Amino acid sequence: MLGSLLNVTWMAGIGFSLYVVARAILHKDFIRYFPLNFYLLSLALLSLGRRIILIRLGIDSEAYLYFYYYSDTLLTILLFFAILGLYQHVFAEMNVGKYIRGGGFMLLLLTAGVSYMMVQQNTQNMTSRFVVGLSQNLYFVGVVLTYVLWGAVLQLRETRTRIVQLVLALGVFFSAHAVFYAARYMFPSMVMQVPWVASLLGISLPLAWAYTFTMIPEEARLETARIAARPAASHR
Amino acid sequence: MMIAALILVASSVFLVQFFVAYCRSLLAKSFALELSPEAQMVTGIDDHLVHRNDFKRLLQLVELCPEPGDDAVQLRAVRTYYAMMRGLRAISGSIVPAVREWVEREQVACGYFAAVALDRRIAHNRSLMAEQTRA
Repeated sequence: MLGSLLNVTWMAGIGFSLYVVARAILHKDFIRYFPLNFYLLSLALLSLGRRIILIRLGIDSEAYLYFYYYSDTLLTILLFFAILGLYQHVFAEMNVGKYIRGGGFMLLLLTAGVSYMMVQQNTQNMTSRFVVGLSQNLYFVGVVLTYVLWGAVLQLRETRTRIVQLVLALGVFFSAHAVFYAARYMFPSMVMQVPWVASLLGISLPLAWAYTFTMIPEEARLETARIAARPAASHR
Repeated sequence: MMIAALILVASSVFLVQFFVAYCRSLLAKSFALELSPEAQMVTGIDDHLVHRNDFKRLLQLVELCPEPGDDAVQLRAVRTYYAMMRGLRAISGSIVPAVREWVEREQVACGYFAAVALDRRIAHNRSLMAEQTRA
């Protein structure tokens, strides 16, 4: 039962990722949303790589464990670039592209530096607990970056429905992962009882983005004031 | 361990905020759409007039209709959001009237989202039937 669920989510993850990329190419949106497409393409390829290692070496092998977590780290960093791409969309009219690129470069250097220090301090102890801690921290950085972006979307009254939904899906994805990895770090044995959670979380982003690109046309607009959850706000 | 606990708490708060905002963006998008005459007839909804308790009834109708395969996760998200709203109404609705009114509006929007989903499924099935008839 669990095996079939993992198989289905694995295939769905690859399928939805490739669908979004193929759709972007067909609709000439590939360059416009390049960081997102590049992430999804990498996700599909690395999922395939994980599967090959899983079949050849087994789920309990060290090689699979390290490939899984380090490919996850790589994908998280690629998602940071996806966030920066969305920052550029949101701030497009303010001509601050070079500052965003500079900020992104600084962020990458900082992330690399902190990760390097963590790896240096744990060279004798490269356990799954360490990689879970690293993932937890990276996902939390993603949460903060997305939250700042969401704040900018609200402040600048961004009305493009696509951008709004892409950002919010990213926020749900990052925060759900940060919760999962933090819980896993704190209660390793309890969270190991629910291995399907990681698989379901993994496909949530390609699925949400596939929905957004399919159902929301580029020209669709939305009043962001309607989304900010306050009891005084109304849908009408 | 301390950092993990902080991340757990902070990320849980962010998760709820993002999830609520995501669901509200789905609801706002569907609320802007008009129902087709067929969907209005099936659901009994006219001019966005949905009762806050209609969501479950509409969801049952949606489940009777074969899905086009692209809205199941969004329906699940809105179903969860509706359950959250029911919980919020039960907890604080009787104490704070503004919260109760807001929750009722959200429940109405959830009902309309289900009606729009049903409308899409009816249209999808109609087109499938038309294709089969042509074949």
